[in-house]
Amino acid sequence: MEGGFGSEFGAAGGKLDPGLIMEQVKVQIAVANAQELLQRMTDKCFRKCIGKPGSSLDNSEQKCIAMCMDRYMDAWNTVSRAYNSRLQRERANM
Amino acid sequence: MEELGGPDGDRDPAVSELQRLVAAEQQRAQFTAQVHNFMEVCWDKCVDKPGSKLDSRTEGCLASCVDRFIDTTLSITNRFAQIVQKGGH
Repeated sequence: MEGGFGSEFGAAGGKLDPGLIMEQVKVQIAVANAQELLQRMTDKCFRKCIGKPGSSLDNSEQKCIAMCMDRYMDAWNTVSRAYNSRLQRERANM
Repeated sequence: MEELGGPDGDRDPAVSELQRLVAAEQQRAQFTAQVHNFMEVCWDKCVDKPGSKLDSRTEGCLASCVDRFIDTTLSITNRFAQIVQKGGH
């Protein structure tokens, strides 16, 4: 068994395994998406919830952040659905 | 070692399969990136104070925001193309 680098990239024994490679690609994309979401959500919710930064995050700010996160993800799904249906409408018109 | 996606026709079928899968994944990633971009604009426009759930007015605003943003993109692209074609500045 070769192990290591070759097989890790779905090319064990010089044979490409598209399924294996894509599994790894999908994981990397999922991680990148999660980071992107986290970063943007933090930015938006900080702006919404922290009016004047005090010496610590107070209780109402914590609650606002939790609420904001949940609504951000709801809104994300709404926007995703709206974009998807627009794409479908555009395709039907072509 | 074989070259990925070489110009000749008789390459490894696994390579073309891989190319097809990567292209599909790229399209999904593009979609997701675009949703992130819409959120950048539409969150500020539509969500005032985050409540215990998204109300229907906010949902409607988000959906319209996406559609109008796309309309604006198309409108500006068309007008810009006209300006360029006329050779104006």
